[in-house]
Order: sequence, then C-alpha cells, then structure tokens
Amino acid sequence: MKKYSSLILGALGLAALMSGCQPKSKTTGNGALTSNAAERVYVNPGEHDEFYAFISGGFSGQMSVYGLPSGRLFKVIPVFSQDAEKAWGYNEETKPMLNTSHGFVPWDDAHHPDISQTNGELDGRYVFINGNNTPRIAKVDLSVFETTEIIEIPNSAGNHSSSFVTENTEYVVAGTRFSVPVPQRDMPISEYKGNFKGALSFISVDPEDGGMDIKFQLLMPGFDYDLSHPGRGASHGWFFFTTYNTEEANTLMEVNASQNDKDFIAAVNWKKIEEYVNNGGGKKMPANYAHNVYNEETHTATSTMKKEVLVVDPTEVPGAVYFLPTPKSPHGCDVDPTGEYIVGNGKLSADLTVHSFTKMLAAIESEKFDGDAYGIPILKFEDVLAGTVKSGGLGPLHTEFDGNGNAYTTFFISSEVVKWNVGTWEVIDRQPCYYSVGHLMIPGGNSRKPFGKYVVAMNKITKDRYLPTGPEVTQSAQLYDISGEKMELLLDFPTVGEPHYAAGIAADIVKERSKKIYELSKNKHKYATTSDADVRVERNGKEVHVYMSMIRSHFNPDNIEGIKVGDKVYFHVTNLEQDYDVPHGVSMIGANTSELLIMPGQTETFVWEPKQVGVWPFYCTDFCSALHQEMQGYVRVSPAGSNIDLKWSLGE
Amino acid sequence: MKKSRIIMLLGALLPLMLFLFPLWNITLEAPQYPTPLGMDIYINDFADANPHDIKNINLMNHYVGMKYIPDAIPEFKIFPIGIIITTLIGLFVAWKGNYKWFLYWFIMMVLVSTAGLIDFYLWEHDYGHNLDPRAIMKFTNDDGTPMGFQPPLFGTKDILNFRAHSYPQLGAYCLGLGIVFGLVAFFMGKKENEMQV
Repeated sequence: MKKYSSLILGALGLAALMSGCQPKSKTTGNGALTSNAAERVYVNPGEHDEFYAFISGGFSGQMSVYGLPSGRLFKVIPVFSQDAEKAWGYNEETKPMLNTSHGFVPWDDAHHPDISQTNGELDGRYVFINGNNTPRIAKVDLSVFETTEIIEIPNSAGNHSSSFVTENTEYVVAGTRFSVPVPQRDMPISEYKGNFKGALSFISVDPEDGGMDIKFQLLMPGFDYDLSHPGRGASHGWFFFTTYNTEEANTLMEVNASQNDKDFIAAVNWKKIEEYVNNGGGKKMPANYAHNVYNEETHTATSTMKKEVLVVDPTEVPGAVYFLPTPKSPHGCDVDPTGEYIVGNGKLSADLTVHSFTKMLAAIESEKFDGDAYGIPILKFEDVLAGTVKSGGLGPLHTEFDGNGNAYTTFFISSEVVKWNVGTWEVIDRQPCYYSVGHLMIPGGNSRKPFGKYVVAMNKITKDRYLPTGPEVTQSAQLYDISGEKMELLLDFPTVGEPHYAAGIAADIVKERSKKIYELSKNKHKYATTSDADVRVERNGKEVHVYMSMIRSHFNPDNIEGIKVGDKVYFHVTNLEQDYDVPHGVSMIGANTSELLIMPGQTETFVWEPKQVGVWPFYCTDFCSALHQEMQGYVRVSPAGSNIDLKWSLGE
Repeated sequence: MKKSRIIMLLGALLPLMLFLFPLWNITLEAPQYPTPLGMDIYINDFADANPHDIKNINLMNHYVGMKYIPDAIPEFKIFPIGIIITTLIGLFVAWKGNYKWFLYWFIMMVLVSTAGLIDFYLWEHDYGHNLDPRAIMKFTNDDGTPMGFQPPLFGTKDILNFRAHSYPQLGAYCLGLGIVFGLVAFFMGKKENEMQV
C-alpha cells in the first residue's frame, strides 16, 4: 500500500511540475484566478515574505504591516488611535503623542503611507502617514516599527493630499482637502468663495535624525486639494496636486462641486519657493500646533506647542505655481518613474488624462496661458496634454507603475484594475476587483524604481467574499501577479480598518535594520530602574512613585505596603530583559487604564488611583516564561490617613 | 640561526595569541533560540558570543538553580601570568638554543595546560552540580540522584531542552600548536646536533 501511495504522490508531483511549465496566463473558470495561485502566494513556515506592505488603517487610525505575497499580518502599528494592547496613548510616555491644539485626540483617519527615499529610490528608513481629520503627519521609524514623531498641520482641514515625500525626503508634503478661513475666524459659511484658503504644507525632514518641521505653507485658492505626488528625475523640484471643487461650493458638494468640466492639477515648483523662503520671503503668522516627539532613549514623548508658521502667497513668487486643467474632479495624481508623465485620475470620467512635464515647461516658457485663477496662471489643456487613456472603464482613482513602461489604474465604479502602456496609452489588460477598488499599490510604485512584481488592490466593498460576520464585514485587499503580460489574481486577504492606501518595499531593505531589543545601558528614562539596586518606592504627598523592574519571572518589588486610598500611584516599570522577543506586561486590578506591554530594555508608566482598602494583586500579562503564572505581586492599600509606612520587598 | 631555534621561538610566542582569541566556546542550542546562546572563554574574560548571551544563559539557568556565571574568577589573573611566564621561559630556552631544554619546555607546557583543563573541568562540574536547593525546577536522574547540568568539557551533549557544544577556539589551537612546535623544535634540534657531530 505504501508503495502505491508513494507512486501516486510521485505522479502528483510530476503533474504539479508539468502544470508549472504551462504558460502563466492560463486561467481556470474561476474568473481571473490562476490555477497555481496557491503555491505562488504560499510562504513556507519559518520563511520570510519578499515584500513588506504598509497598509493604512483608514478609520482605524493605525497602520498595519503585511507580508507579500502571503498577505500575512505581522503588526498593527498604533499611530493616531489609542491602542490598549500596546498602551499607546494610555501610558504616561505616549500620551503626549496624541496631543493637538484641540487637546488630546485619541483617534484619526489614517490615509496615505509613503516610504522615505534617497535619490528617488526607497531607502526603508521611515514611513510617513497622514491623519486626515485633525490634520497631522506621523513618522514611523522602521528600525523599531513604532511611531516616533507626529506634527500637527495648522491652517489645514481634511489633511488628504498627504503625506508624500520628495525624491531625497527633503520634504513630506501635506495638502488640505477642506479649505478653511486662514486664520480661522467667525464668518458666514456662505462667504466661502474667494475667502477660504487651501494650505499646502511642506514639512522638512532632517537628513540625520528625521526630525520634522514645517518649512512653509503655500496659501492656495479655496479649492479641495485631493491627492499629490512628487516630481522625480527631470521633474524633481516640482510637486503636483489634484484639485476638485474649483467651483468653491460650500453646500451639497456632490452636485455643486461637480459642475466644472475640468478642475486643475496644481504644479508647484517647491525649489523655487524654497529659494524664496531661504532669502527671507514669506510671512510669519501666529499659529498653534503640536509637535510631538518620542525619544528612543528616554522612552518618553514630549509635546511642544509651536506658535508660528511661515506662509507664502503663491502670487508673490512668480513662476512657482501653475494650474493644469484636468477633467472631472481628479482624485489620484500620479507621476511615472521617469518623472515625465503626470496622470490625472478624473474620478467622474471614463478616461485618464496624462500630462507631459516637458510640454508643461514649454508652455510655461512660451507663456501661453488660458487666463488665471486668483492670479495663478492656467495653462492650456491641449498644450500640456500628453495623451488620454480611453479605457472603457468608469471612475479612475489611482495609478501606479511597474517600472517596465506599464501603468495600472484602479476604476472604482467599474470595479477593476486596468493595465495600460505609458506612451501609446493603449489598454493592455483589465481584471475585475471584488468590489469597487479604491487605491492600489506596487511596491516602490511611487519611486524611480518600482518592484514591478505584484499589485495590491484595496477594495472599498467586501460583501460576500469571506464568511459573513454580521452587518459589518472585514475590509479586503487583493493581490495580483503583474510579472506577465496579463495580470493574474492570486489572493484575497482581509485588512485592518479601511485600507485607504499602501506603500510596499523589498523586505531586504528593511529587515536587517530592525532592532531586536532596546539597550538597557542606553535607557535614559527619568524613572528607569536599570538594576535591582535602584528598586524603591517614594512618596511625595499623595503621589507615590514605584520604581519597579521585571525579569523572568518576577517583579521587583512584588510586595508593596503603605499605599493609601486617595493616593496617585505611578508604576514606572522597566523590563530588564535583553533577549529578543521577551516582552513583559503588567496590569493592576481596577486601574482605570490599559495594561503596559514593555519591550526588553524599555520603561513604561501607568497610573493607579486605588479607591478601595484591601490587598490588590498585579500580574504579568504577556506569557513570558514557564513561570509566567507566578509572575505576580500584591499591593496593600490602607485607609486614607492611616500611618502605615511605605515598605517594599521581593523574596522576604 | 638554526631552524630548531626559530621553531622554538615561534612555539614560545604562539600562546600569546590567547590574549587576542578565545580559548574555548560553549554554545547552547534550543528551539526557542534560532540564534544560539554562546559564551567565549578568554584567558582573562567570559564574553558574549552575541550581545547579552551570558545574561540570557544566567536567566535560563536560574530556573534549575545554577549559579550565575561570575564576572571574574581568580583564574583570569593567574592564567595570563602563567602564559607570560611560560612564554618568557620559552624565549629564554630558544635563545639558549639547547635542544634538550626544548623538550623540558614542551613537558612543562603539557603539564600546565593539563592543569588548566582540570581546573576548567572542576569549575564546570561545580557550576553544573552545585545547585541551589530552592531551585524552581528540580530534575533527577533515573537512579534518583539530582540531575546535573554540567556542559561537556569537549564535545556535544543534550541537557534538557538544550544541546550544549563545548569546543576549543583559535586561542587554544595557537597554544596547542605552540606546544607542538616545542616538541618539533626538540627533534629538529636533536637532528641538527647529530649532523654537527
């Protein structure tokens, strides 16, 4: 029997081998799904994916990290939303990260991750992502996969045409979707037209430490600035923004902002404005916005309120800004790897408009303008047009490139990805999406050097694609192989929150830099306990500070007495481990906060305000070791006003 | 200069490499440690093979009541002095050039090294058997005696979930080669002597 089964297995193996030799484009009756899709997304246990995908969580406020081609979820990085699992925004150290000019904001709508670049290629140091609702830009440091900086954007609302980086990460750019009065003031909404402004913010990124600072804000006419992308190669130094609502409507926008046949792509020569600003141009205006920085050595964030921002009136910098007429409320604004073509994805049309950077320069040179808008010259549509992609699809949203002369565009309404040739504008292939795709991502697709192997489509509607989970179903992404002439659907995978947008990168660029632990010897936390000799409990009036350490498999101290009802007890807990993947957690019964999850070498703090007399336990929440269950302790709480002295111990 | 004296000179100098390279290495493998834990034993130091390895070995070992690997042991003072003295003697012997003394140096080195190995074994035995009576986990052998956790002196051995490897390193090979050179120098010197006669 054994012999037969091995024979059968052998035959199956042969069959698999033979089917592997067949042309890649072979499809089965199951739509676009290829016959050997499973083996092409399967990553053997213990082996690593080829790409990282950083997928925005949309209304979850976070950013998730996936592997491609497997679609496996590795981590949800807390960015704009409190995360009780990781104590993000709950512990004393990270609360300042969510501070804004409106106070503590525990949530945002996270949209467009973009990876830092050097010479137009992804360098894998940082991922930037924008908070749309309370305008902010966050920076995730890929050596630790943690959010280490968040800067609020003043004079902005609906921070949507963000957070895209220039070719050498000179700037990360944040443009406003909702124009507002600048400065904010009490005025009738109906007086929007001509009075509201759209701020495009250029945030400089320090080449050494990545520190962010708003270099200048360009105060543009009150349109809606939807998406943006940097020029690259020859067009490096320019930035392109799509606009809609050039009608400047302020009510029933779905109708009133859809009346103009053409809106604009704004071409901004940021190098020119940078020069203007460096020579003292622009105007400093009072502002109030938060700049929050997490320090890896103190393991603590600080929030600083900044009181001033430099604004630039575009009409005062001749030659800095032009409008390129682009049909039908364009959404995505995408630049091909060479930097020559600027694609306007006119979301209410069937066609894609492609502008030529060379033609744009020529038109500017010959000053052939079609009037102006608030003093900003409008170029003639025909003069800048490189071509139109007649797709037959409906509702183009976003285009990325494979680096081999092809472009891939999502069509929301006709629910498909369309592959077309950059230059001939001919459609090569189209594949359906399930359902109503929004954005798509090719690793490196927003750079000079895309890794043109896969495209991830992020869908807006899921319906019946997975097992049902009541009225609210998961959001979904789909992976296509684009290495051949035809796209091939390989995989559906669920996502965290709404996958608005994503950035991908070859894993090799990132994974070697990923830290395993925080060095205890570099821990400069104000309340760190880096050795057992430093363990102590100190009282300062009603405030009690517990300097506690944790290591397999105990807390030090694990018995504390002398705490009284009405005290405010700060537990500063340091993980003394220096081994990879040995975090410890800690939680206290009745604490009105989350647990702490503390990485090796790190210190975190939670506050407990005991309200009841008794002896109350705390314990480790992360299964750390064989003696994890024993990793626990007690705090004795005496009545307010009792005279029990502070006492702490371990093993006595 | 006679070849034998050059070989003897090299033989005397080679053990100095112990100040640059480790003498011995103990490596512990377990499924949870895709990068094994390791300790390099230098003539004057215990060093992490990878950062924090010794700390992590101590953390593992405290569960079975083993003592922490000390930061320093008396041997770290004695061994370097011993190597310097034997090297000086070797240099003196090479300078004198009497081949019979080459043999005496060789025998001395074999004895000194053997004493070092015995000392190492005794430390290992104590480390692996002198356990805290309040150890978290106590294991017994089939015959009911308490299980020891002594790493092998030389070779590979399974200890609970770990596989322990213990092997000499470049420093030890240099020492060994130096000692062998002493013996080679003796035979060469003897031959040279006979040819002259």
